[in-house]
Amino acid sequence: MRPFLGFVRKETLHLLRDRQTLAILILLPVVQVLIFGFAVRTDVREIPIVVVDPTPDVATLELRERVAASERFRLVAVAPSTRELDSQFQEGSVRQALVLPRDVERRLGRGDTLAVQLLTDGSDPNTGGIMQGYATAVLRRWHADATPAARGLRIEVATRMRFNPTLESAHLFVPGLVAFVLTIVSALMTAISITREKETGTMEMLLVSPIRPAAIVAGKVTPYIVLGFVSVLLVLVAARAVFEVPLQGSLLLLLAESGLYIVTSLALGIVISTRAPTQRTAMLAALAGLLMPTLMLSGFIFPLESLPSPLQALSHIVPARWFLVVVRGIMLKGAGLPTLWQETLILAGMTVLLLIAGSRRLTIRLD
Amino acid sequence: MAHGGRSRVSGPAIDARALTRRFGTFTAVDGISFQVERGEVFGFLGANGAGKTTAMRMLIGLLAPSSGSATVAGYDVASQAEQVRRRIGYMSQRFSLYEDLTVRENITLFGGIYGLSNRDIAERTGQILSRIGLQRAARELVREIPLGWKQQLAFCVALLHRPAVVFLDEPTGGVDPITRRRFWELIYEAGAEGTSVLVTTHYLDEAEYCNRISIMVDGAIAAMGTPSDVRRGLGAATLDEVFLRLTRPGAAV
Repeated sequence: MRPFLGFVRKETLHLLRDRQTLAILILLPVVQVLIFGFAVRTDVREIPIVVVDPTPDVATLELRERVAASERFRLVAVAPSTRELDSQFQEGSVRQALVLPRDVERRLGRGDTLAVQLLTDGSDPNTGGIMQGYATAVLRRWHADATPAARGLRIEVATRMRFNPTLESAHLFVPGLVAFVLTIVSALMTAISITREKETGTMEMLLVSPIRPAAIVAGKVTPYIVLGFVSVLLVLVAARAVFEVPLQGSLLLLLAESGLYIVTSLALGIVISTRAPTQRTAMLAALAGLLMPTLMLSGFIFPLESLPSPLQALSHIVPARWFLVVVRGIMLKGAGLPTLWQETLILAGMTVLLLIAGSRRLTIRLD
Repeated sequence: MAHGGRSRVSGPAIDARALTRRFGTFTAVDGISFQVERGEVFGFLGANGAGKTTAMRMLIGLLAPSSGSATVAGYDVASQAEQVRRRIGYMSQRFSLYEDLTVRENITLFGGIYGLSNRDIAERTGQILSRIGLQRAARELVREIPLGWKQQLAFCVALLHRPAVVFLDEPTGGVDPITRRRFWELIYEAGAEGTSVLVTTHYLDEAEYCNRISIMVDGAIAAMGTPSDVRRGLGAATLDEVFLRLTRPGAAV
């Protein structure tokens, strides 16, 4: 036990004395939350929109007010014709246009079909689709309210997004960020810290000594386990303070699952470090082999359903994929172990396999 | 007992018998046999790639022998590695210590790894620091102390748990002649206290300081004995001459 504690102390000193790295590791979670929250949002606000209304009347006025009142839109102008639209779209001052026909009020009164043209800037297909959705929703409601109910049967489809009713992208990315940050703190840092000892020759000193390889590894990763938990809490606090991301489920369960994922990541780091001869190789392996899959193949940025099927199959071996289901489940749906036990079990299984792989490589010592 | 430990038998400190290591079809160490007595300073000489380091790595348990056997401090290196590890010290050619820890922290860490008590660690830290004149630098980071001090510190750390045998892998590379001489004084002190020393070196003047030397050529021991015996055996005036004749048989001397 004493060699182990001495080792933990040493690792902690390494970590504390490398001020720059430590600062980066502590700031990373907060900065990531802010970047993803403010810059990389997939929900859209303040869409500059033009309403083309050749013959203004009570009904169109009502529609314009609805558009202006929504925080999704910023009503840039009401134009009598579509003449200006092309240039406005090109320079980007307008991203959406609602082109109304003539005599809207009268046509509504007669119960005619109303041909409304909706133009959307599609240069970014994702936001384009979202903008289209918002505008269609406003139009539908307006049309429904403007058409007298007495005219006959009306079917109103009430849609509601469950678990994230306002479709806040922040709610979706925070769970992904937890996985992302833990991959950096746990996997990357462990891999680097073990390969550093190989490079400086101190690993040889340790392997020649009576300390067991398991104690070396346990001593090395302990400070990073603590740092991992600190990172999770930082992400959660930042997400809550800035974006009011809810935590529907149990914090304790979330921390326990995070603990499991921290160990998974550490094990990945150990496996990398047993194979990589230098810090540089370890870093590249961790970036290319861990961070990219965590970003791309976990459902963090791209929905898994939209991936081509070989990549979908590949995503099954990415631990972050399972962790993401768990974190989203706990944070957004308030799910507990009864629903998440399968994912948890898969993660635990992966962790055990990785730990066995890592320790087997270590016990055969250097060559 | 958790630490220290001299040889358990009164036999040789190192006893290698037909020790062999092959990498694929290449034989790096080819059936070498030698013994090192208690308190003896034994020099391991040879050109680069002659197999010195491979032989040493087998003796300290970093590499398994392909065939043959060896005991260190009376324990078999292959089957009793754990016992061997408790009884040996090792210093690599890079004087590997933790650069971002202080002198004192390094000593404490390795003391803990070898299971020394806090009192022993404190006492031996004081001894080491005064022996190499590093008292005032105890709180400095190893990164910041001069190379010569680092070398002596690495040696003292290797001796911290009073091992039966200490292995030094080219321990004097890159330091000035005065520091090298000072270092050899430390080696003699260790020998006088009963620790056997196996040292590899490129410097033939250093070989003269050893009680006995062996010269390895192509994985085998080409000559072994006291420096004067080795010189006499080959009818050479200096070890330089011996070395050249053995390692480059065609070269005119």
